[in-house]
Amino acid sequence: MSNISQEISQEKSETVLSPSKSIKLRISRSNPEAGTEEKFDEFVIPVEKYTTVLDAILNVKSHLDHSVAVRYSCRQASCGSCGMKINGKPKLACFTKVSELDTDTITVEPMDNFPIVRDLAVNFTRMFNNHKKVMPYVVRDDSEITPGTGVKEILQTPEDVDKYIQFSSCIKCGLCNSACPTMAMDTSFVGPQALAQAYRYIADTRDKGKNNRLKIIDESHGIWRCHFAGSCSQVCPKGVDPAMGIQLLRSYLLGLRD
Amino acid sequence: MMLMRESIVMKIHYGTAIGAVFLTVIHILMRMTQDFHESLEYENVIANYEMIGYAIMLELLLILISVHGFNGLRIILLEMRQGPTYEKAITYGCIASMAVLIAYGSRTIIMTSMGMT
Repeated sequence: MSNISQEISQEKSETVLSPSKSIKLRISRSNPEAGTEEKFDEFVIPVEKYTTVLDAILNVKSHLDHSVAVRYSCRQASCGSCGMKINGKPKLACFTKVSELDTDTITVEPMDNFPIVRDLAVNFTRMFNNHKKVMPYVVRDDSEITPGTGVKEILQTPEDVDKYIQFSSCIKCGLCNSACPTMAMDTSFVGPQALAQAYRYIADTRDKGKNNRLKIIDESHGIWRCHFAGSCSQVCPKGVDPAMGIQLLRSYLLGLRD
Repeated sequence: MMLMRESIVMKIHYGTAIGAVFLTVIHILMRMTQDFHESLEYENVIANYEMIGYAIMLELLLILISVHGFNGLRIILLEMRQGPTYEKAITYGCIASMAVLIAYGSRTIIMTSMGMT
């Protein structure tokens, strides 16, 4: 018995840890409020194979430059706070490992199509306003908790749930809006995030707000300005397919589905 | 500013595109009723206009392409800049330009089909 535990102990002590290496992290620095131009600061930092881009940025904040502005919270792709452009592509910093980027130089910039607050932090006001505009909640007169209605539970079949479940994974990180070419041109465009959420609630069999929501998105800067580039779906870290949601919404408006 | 719902505008946009493609195919196929160069000679072109059915088809083609084209232009211009005054100017400007083009094209079709060349 003691031999066995010794063997296990020895094996543990010989476990090879991933060799640490260094990468160059280029961070976009800007402060529009102070009127400073965008510039890149470069930092050389050690990384392990499990180091995420957010870890790397936080390493810089802790040891090299405290003033780097970055928004983050959960570190597990649930809160949607740390969206940024990593080597030119919109990604979540906490969900992107340095090792998967396969390069020794990583450039991080704030997301496109959002006003910059400072460095990597952007202003989400427009996205949240558009999100609120499409009524992102189940609309109905009665409620599961209305006393005296006799309604205990609003049942749905698994097929009913399948219609919208992927769209309810949205974490409002804004990566889809950042990747959208229409958002870059049209500052009034409602955006793929809000449109996907409009579909999520319209497709929900419990919801009665379909007509109101369709009216809201059926305007000159609404759903019809989507050119179906599909980049929104490509960058979504949660597997939501806003481009498909938009096409399904269009089929409601064209009278192809009820 | 909303003259009609955008979904109705887009239904017209898609419908005019399908109609225009269909009539353009007929228009091109008509060149094949004879040698291509021959079909484009002055007398043959005038003869086409003088066929009442063909003249109606050309008029329809003119309307479909004008409606589709100017709505497309309106959409592109709306995406380039935003603002209520600008959008109003673009919408009415496109409608006016479309009406002028249709009127001018119709004048050519009607005059030629009536032999006023």
